[in-house]
Amino acid sequence: MTAHDEAPARWAMSGAGGPCILRLEGDWLARRGALPGFPKDGLVGCGADVSLQFDIAGLGHWDSGLIAFLWDVKRAAISAGRTVDAAGLPLAATKLLGLLPDQAMAQEAVVVHHIGPLNWLGGQTLATLHEMGMISRLSGSTARAGWQFTRGRGLMRGTDLWANILDAGPQALIIVSIVNFLIGAILAFVGAVELRKFSADIYVANLVGLAVVREMAAVMTAIVMAGRTGGAYAARIATMQGNEEIDALSVIGISSTGYIVLPAVLAMMLMMPLLYLYGSLIGVFGGFVVAISMLNVTAPGYWNETVNALAFSQFGLGVTKSVAFAFLIGVSSCRIGLRAGRSSADVGVAATRAVVAGIVGVIALDAVFAVVAETFGI
Amino acid sequence: MSKTESLLSVRGLTLAFVDHVVQQDLSFDVRRGSIFAVMGPSGCGKSTIMRSMIGLLRPTLGTILFDGADYWTGTDAVRAEMGRRFGVLFQGGALWSALTVGENVALPMQMFTTLDAVSIQRLVAVKLGLVGLSAAVDTMPSALSGGMRKRAGLARALALDPDILFLDEPSAGLDPVTSRRMDDLILNLRDGLGATIIVVSHELASLFAVADDGVFLDAVRKTAIAHGSPATLRDGCADPQVRAFMRREQVEPAHKEAVG
Repeated sequence: MTAHDEAPARWAMSGAGGPCILRLEGDWLARRGALPGFPKDGLVGCGADVSLQFDIAGLGHWDSGLIAFLWDVKRAAISAGRTVDAAGLPLAATKLLGLLPDQAMAQEAVVVHHIGPLNWLGGQTLATLHEMGMISRLSGSTARAGWQFTRGRGLMRGTDLWANILDAGPQALIIVSIVNFLIGAILAFVGAVELRKFSADIYVANLVGLAVVREMAAVMTAIVMAGRTGGAYAARIATMQGNEEIDALSVIGISSTGYIVLPAVLAMMLMMPLLYLYGSLIGVFGGFVVAISMLNVTAPGYWNETVNALAFSQFGLGVTKSVAFAFLIGVSSCRIGLRAGRSSADVGVAATRAVVAGIVGVIALDAVFAVVAETFGI
Repeated sequence: MSKTESLLSVRGLTLAFVDHVVQQDLSFDVRRGSIFAVMGPSGCGKSTIMRSMIGLLRPTLGTILFDGADYWTGTDAVRAEMGRRFGVLFQGGALWSALTVGENVALPMQMFTTLDAVSIQRLVAVKLGLVGLSAAVDTMPSALSGGMRKRAGLARALALDPDILFLDEPSAGLDPVTSRRMDDLILNLRDGLGATIIVVSHELASLFAVADDGVFLDAVRKTAIAHGSPATLRDGCADPQVRAFMRREQVEPAHKEAVG
């Protein structure tokens, strides 16, 4: 079917009012872009008591383009109450035509539900509450699985925990370093511009130290981890859903919470405070580099001012926040992975959702911490 | 170009990875309009050979001639042009999960033909109708059963009216009735479309039902050890291992490893 000089596909009907003959001519090749259609009422003029005949003397090469046309003819004949005598058709075409149903599948009418804004809001609220409930439940069962592990009855394997720790800890050091160094440096730049006007250059150390230790190191490290590790958790668990690995665990009675979620969440909760402390140090160092190179500040003076500005409670607040962020990111990304669909597209969707939920959740939770810290005077 | 009797010829094909040889010095011819079976025990490299024939794995040695032209010495454009004359059914269907079944079938036509949207829709209906999946046009692949996924994959393989169809384990994992339907469908498609079909399988019932020629690969000797239709191999093959395999009999100890 690869002829170079193809004749165009044509059809003609003759014998109106009596025995109709459908003449087919030329090459009927769909892949060359030729696909004539047959009108639904094309057989109405034919005699009711005689079958439609075919004349294929001029028919050249053909492929599924001819079959599509003949299917149109077959359906037009059925709807007009006429019969078709397929004897004149190529045997191969008759075979294929026999495989096709007598009617094209009626497309299901798409029912459009008009949803009012109040309905939409109610639906979204219920869905959000349901999701919060599910995350709370998963948090509870993860905590329970952790408790069982401490009593020697857990399902978590040490090797899984260690692999997760390596992934969430040492392997994240470089990106945490870069982000926190730049945050410290940017804060010092911004502070330097204003503080220099008042000859208060040295207070850049207070600004950077407080901002980094109290807020930025914890929040930025958590955002980096939400993007890096939270997304990876969701993608990994969603892939396991697609491969029915989660089902295989469930069938033999292994809880996915204890086996998959717990090591992921625990690793993040163990590593995030360490990354926060490391990030704080790097952030302060970033500010120090900028202050030393741009401002009238000495190195010992900068460190003294930083140490004086920071109380232990600031670190306590930062560590507490980073543990809470780790739990939030770990549980929400695992939950998103567990509820993912089973196709490869769903893996990407799950990873995206986990990153977005992690980042938004971290910032929202940080706002809560700010209010609580203010209330307790920290 | 005058048509050769064989649509696809494999000459001295050797496929090897860094650490091991899959098959070596493999030669066979696939006649136009035939259903050709690549047979052999699990792990003998049947699917790897198919990957090489459909352009996914460059042979270490040897040639694959498609319609008289060497597939692997052609430029990328020539290979792509040849590839459009191939239809491939992968073992698990390999449907694009983000698209509906209808969109899966339509995509090759949208990419490689000048057909308008209405014509494509009509052809999608025909292809899905041929495999008995008319109702699934708007269904997502994830909602299909294993058998339906294979049939949808077959409909997609037929999208561009291929000259040659490669079917990787078309009836594996299907119940006997669905498997039988798949066999009938393969025969009808061969008779109806005049396509040449290469089936990679170790499902004996299906092989006997559809194939009229074939090659039997050995996992130990790593080459073809018999040529012929499944029935010929079962009844008249000189190699006892092939006969035993085709009859589902216990294999002699010397050949056990090959069938493991």
